[in-house]
Amino acid sequence: MKTFPIGGIHPSDFKEYSKGAAIEQFPIPAVVNIPLAQHIGAPAVACVAKGDRVVVGQVIATAGGFVSSPIHSSVSGTVTAVGPMADAQGNMKPTVTIAVEGDEWDESVDRSQTIVKSSNLSPKDIVAKISQMGIVGMGGATFPTHVKLSIPDGKKAECLIINAVECEPYLTADYRVMMEQGERLLLGARILAKAIGVEKIYVGIENNKPDAIAYLEKLACAYLEVEIVPLKMRYPQGGEKQLIAAVTGRQVPSGGLPIDVGAVVQNVGTALAVYEAVMKNKPLVERVVTVTGPKLASPKNLLVRIGTPMSALIDYCGGMEGVGKVIAGGPMMGRAVSNIDAPVTKGTSGVLLMPTEESLREKEGECIRCAKCVDACPMGLEPYILNILTQKHDYDELERHWIADCIECGCCTFSCPSYLPLLDWVRIGKAEVMKRIRERNAKK
Amino acid sequence: MGNLVTTILVVSGLAALLALLLFLVAKKFKVEEDPRIDDVERMLPGANCGGCGFAGCRGMSEALVKQDDIASLYCPVGGAECMKKIASYLGKEAAEREPMVAVVRCGGSCENRPRVNRFDGAQSCVVASSLYAGETGCSFGCLGLGDCAAVCDFGALSINPATGLPEVDEEKCTACGACVKACPKRVIELRKKAPKGRKIYVSCVNKDKGAVARKACKVACIGCGKCAKVCPFEAITVENNLAYIDFTKCKMCRKCVAECPTGAIVEFGFPPRKVATEEPQTAKTE
Repeated sequence: MKTFPIGGIHPSDFKEYSKGAAIEQFPIPAVVNIPLAQHIGAPAVACVAKGDRVVVGQVIATAGGFVSSPIHSSVSGTVTAVGPMADAQGNMKPTVTIAVEGDEWDESVDRSQTIVKSSNLSPKDIVAKISQMGIVGMGGATFPTHVKLSIPDGKKAECLIINAVECEPYLTADYRVMMEQGERLLLGARILAKAIGVEKIYVGIENNKPDAIAYLEKLACAYLEVEIVPLKMRYPQGGEKQLIAAVTGRQVPSGGLPIDVGAVVQNVGTALAVYEAVMKNKPLVERVVTVTGPKLASPKNLLVRIGTPMSALIDYCGGMEGVGKVIAGGPMMGRAVSNIDAPVTKGTSGVLLMPTEESLREKEGECIRCAKCVDACPMGLEPYILNILTQKHDYDELERHWIADCIECGCCTFSCPSYLPLLDWVRIGKAEVMKRIRERNAKK
Repeated sequence: MGNLVTTILVVSGLAALLALLLFLVAKKFKVEEDPRIDDVERMLPGANCGGCGFAGCRGMSEALVKQDDIASLYCPVGGAECMKKIASYLGKEAAEREPMVAVVRCGGSCENRPRVNRFDGAQSCVVASSLYAGETGCSFGCLGLGDCAAVCDFGALSINPATGLPEVDEEKCTACGACVKACPKRVIELRKKAPKGRKIYVSCVNKDKGAVARKACKVACIGCGKCAKVCPFEAITVENNLAYIDFTKCKMCRKCVAECPTGAIVEFGFPPRKVATEEPQTAKTE
């Protein structure tokens, strides 16, 4: 079975908690807080003011540049505030607050359940529509989708890879989408393939989801361009570069993009959102969020309106009792949440509640030069050296050690027997080196 | 015996030959260096702290000798006295700068600013601030993990375990500025050193609106602007809900300290004030 060539780890997947829970519509909250920076790139610019009435699907903030995305209201009601509000990490970010009244949708949105199979939009129109509807990568990185679909001149896409790996432990949102919305997902993939002009679609799924593989293979009989690729379970297979290597055997060059090897990767959630945006005119106003944890009373997969406070989801699924740490996203790449009243955003794939005894870090020791982190690094880097060099502020040397290639997957920290916070430091070093590279490029 | 003599002769001859070679090479490739650089380096404190902007004292002394105008060069550790000595040695004009001292502009002790979560990642302010706002409701203030204390070459900074904040030892602080650069929250500032360790400054860097700031911390600056109104020297500006006292204009009259409703403006090194004379003075201003 296929997988990526170097590094990687094998954490227990813990998906059994929420795997069986069908996607459930989460009740619309009384108030939503919609942040304006929900994607990578320039924050959106608010185009509503206090007192304005909005309906679901109405644009409340326009894109702040090419690498940016507009934001739509996820509820109907009255805007009560536009101003800074604490995000999940406690930092103040511009946010639109809306008091909910009823559930009135924008007229252009097709809310029927019928599956629309074909459209005669041109590739250019598809990309424009995806951009208008505020679609961003929903695997967690939230890179605006239309940017990924705009193939630069001189490059040619050869295949589309749908990222159905969901290699993060605990999370099951993508899995539930595959099982329940398989048909729509494949239609979304077909639209994406049309947008970038490719004939071949691969769907990479890890073999810890055999039922999803079987189900999609059955569906794919009607979609001849789709090939389901079962992959050997290994973290971080869902990383873009790792997935391309696993599926096509090609290696994205250092500092390059997937398009350099002719691949475009899109997440399952993104493909579904693209289907809804293009065929149903529905902007990105809700997403599937896995709420799970080892001690949680009832782990669930919820369809949540963007802007719903995470605390409402937690209360709905069993509450905070015995919880030591809340993580937005998965346990490997997700970020700890210091403010649980922060809203669900376009990139929130899960809310993970870790019990107190599991949430604490072990006491850090000394590096014993065992090189486990080197073996685990899927990018072939030497995390222990990057750790030391970062603490010595030797940025030239860090760059020579390819720190810019780090994908921040956390395999090094996971594998360290001395519990060194390797990724914490590597991330600092990488940020500084990236800053220097950008400054240097700007000067040229 | 004959062998021994030959060996001694050969080795000595070789030594003499090589010594001659070394002598000639040294003569030919001699680097002419201004001897004053060494002298100036000896006059500098030799801390190699980087406070002057150069990597070490050697770099500074080279610059001092080579540059005609040395007004832009200043050794904060040696201070005015050291600079004057060097300038008179070199026959140049020395920079005159007021002695400075590092000041921690945050009053968010454990008591004033309750902890709302616990950080157990790498114990470093840079790491913590890259991940999130911090252990308290204030996203601007001191994180208390001691990057400043770790970077201080002079042992002038230490985290007080009771308050969770760094404290500056004025005796030891040389105002090299390493802590200012190390602090990711930009809490530490170099301010003018006044006699008797007197200081007045806004001990807060929170730019949130008053209500938000106050909720997070009892002694936060709420940007009310009362201090700016009462200041007779126009030394105080309020920007982004935060007051700042310009130390070049401040005459240390202490009117703002009495006026501040939250106690964000602090004073150090003053004798206790007389309560009776204080009241009418503050009322009359403006």
